[in-house]
Amino acid sequence: MSEKKFSKKHEWVSLDGDVATVGITKHATEMLGDIVFVEVPDAGKAVEKEGQAAVVESTKAASDVYSPISGEITEGNKAIADDPGSVNTDPEGASWFFKLKIKDKGEYDSLMSKDEYDKFCKENPS
Amino acid sequence: MEVQKTALYNYHKNLGAKFVPFAGYEMPIQYKDGIVKEHISTRTHAGFFDVSHMGQFFLEGDETLIESLEKIIPADLKNLKINHSKYSFLLNNEGGIIDDLIITRKEKGFCIILNAACKENDIKQISQFLKKNHKHLLNNDLSLIALQGPKSVEILEKLIPGVANLKFMTGSNFEYESENLYVTRSGYTGEDGFEISISNTKVEKLIDYLISNEVKPIGLGARDTLRLEAGLCLYGHDLNEKINPVEANLKWAIAKKRKEVGGFNGWEKIKNLLANGSEKIRVGIKPDGKVIARENTKIFSSDNNEIGFVTSGTFGPSVNAPVAMGYVKSEFSEVGTSVQLEVRGKKYGGKISELPFYKKSYVK
Repeated sequence: MSEKKFSKKHEWVSLDGDVATVGITKHATEMLGDIVFVEVPDAGKAVEKEGQAAVVESTKAASDVYSPISGEITEGNKAIADDPGSVNTDPEGASWFFKLKIKDKGEYDSLMSKDEYDKFCKENPS
Repeated sequence: MEVQKTALYNYHKNLGAKFVPFAGYEMPIQYKDGIVKEHISTRTHAGFFDVSHMGQFFLEGDETLIESLEKIIPADLKNLKINHSKYSFLLNNEGGIIDDLIITRKEKGFCIILNAACKENDIKQISQFLKKNHKHLLNNDLSLIALQGPKSVEILEKLIPGVANLKFMTGSNFEYESENLYVTRSGYTGEDGFEISISNTKVEKLIDYLISNEVKPIGLGARDTLRLEAGLCLYGHDLNEKINPVEANLKWAIAKKRKEVGGFNGWEKIKNLLANGSEKIRVGIKPDGKVIARENTKIFSSDNNEIGFVTSGTFGPSVNAPVAMGYVKSEFSEVGTSVQLEVRGKKYGGKISELPFYKKSYVK
């Protein structure tokens, strides 16, 4: 598994061969608050870079989750749809959102490193 | 308009509150624990809410004050005993709800608790019916603290002996820190509890005491999930000037005597609705799965006809499921009726549900 890369919309991606795993960052969960609903995409769905791919809702509001990378969904994480609260406890581990087969590794390379992402969050507090 | 702050603003800040603008005030939406934990600690222990943004409107006058107020409030104020409170509304000429409120009979008149966003207009509307010898005051020198949850009584009784004797929807004067304060046994969470009207200069001391008794601060976020589980309306969402009490399923809040003799704004219309029913009515709705049907979600019948809309919807932490309220055509309002909720373009199943979603435990 490759190192995690991060998007400005607070998703993380890790890469294993040509299959990427995508989730939302710890920082995102802290901004959202208690997560109470998650909708993940079905296998076979095509997603574009920065296109809407999943939904996450907290007690406060509903938010879209975007795919930081283009490809075809191979799996949505049904476990988090059944237990949305688990996204708060392990957002960057077991509570990934979906896996997808990527087309262009360049999209992955262009995302932020952990250090760059941490700096981005500090400079863009919300 | 300048953003207003309650007397406890800095106190909230020190408690780690996240603020949002609400009805012209900077109010805490949540604290460090977050909405779900705040909600649960209110239901299992006790929580306090700064509701000082709400209007505390005092009226004094002779017998004619009752006649004046009864023209716009459909409660039986003539027979309301001193220190007793009623949930009621201000009505416009069409019977629409200008605001919902709690009115308490005091020795020389009344105190009305008004919604923050409505209070200026409310006072204008009430004033139309007042006479020269009726005095009124929106008292901004007072804070209003709601203490809610099963441990409220035990905790407050230690500080202010006697509050435990109050029955639900009654109040009394007490002494605290050599000042008078007024406490009612009431609230808006479905829990036992109190609302404490206290001077802005003493309120921090009261909160210090509550916090030392493990009472958590609760923000507007959990206030919303608590009141929705309790089936209680939020003005501006579940109620507005175009909705009347019959549609809002609140006809119980119109006094029996007033239903018979009328004499308040919108009476002709409401009399007709009481006799014949309304076209639409407020109901509880439970989505079948985990999807949350938020405000403005369209409601469809099982055969795909649009029948209404959601006015409040969230995840209910104590129900451990999504809950919603909304308006549907009356023929679809029976508990158990299957409906569909359109969320992000997809239809999800749900059922008309009894209100409240969470059973109350008031002390009668």
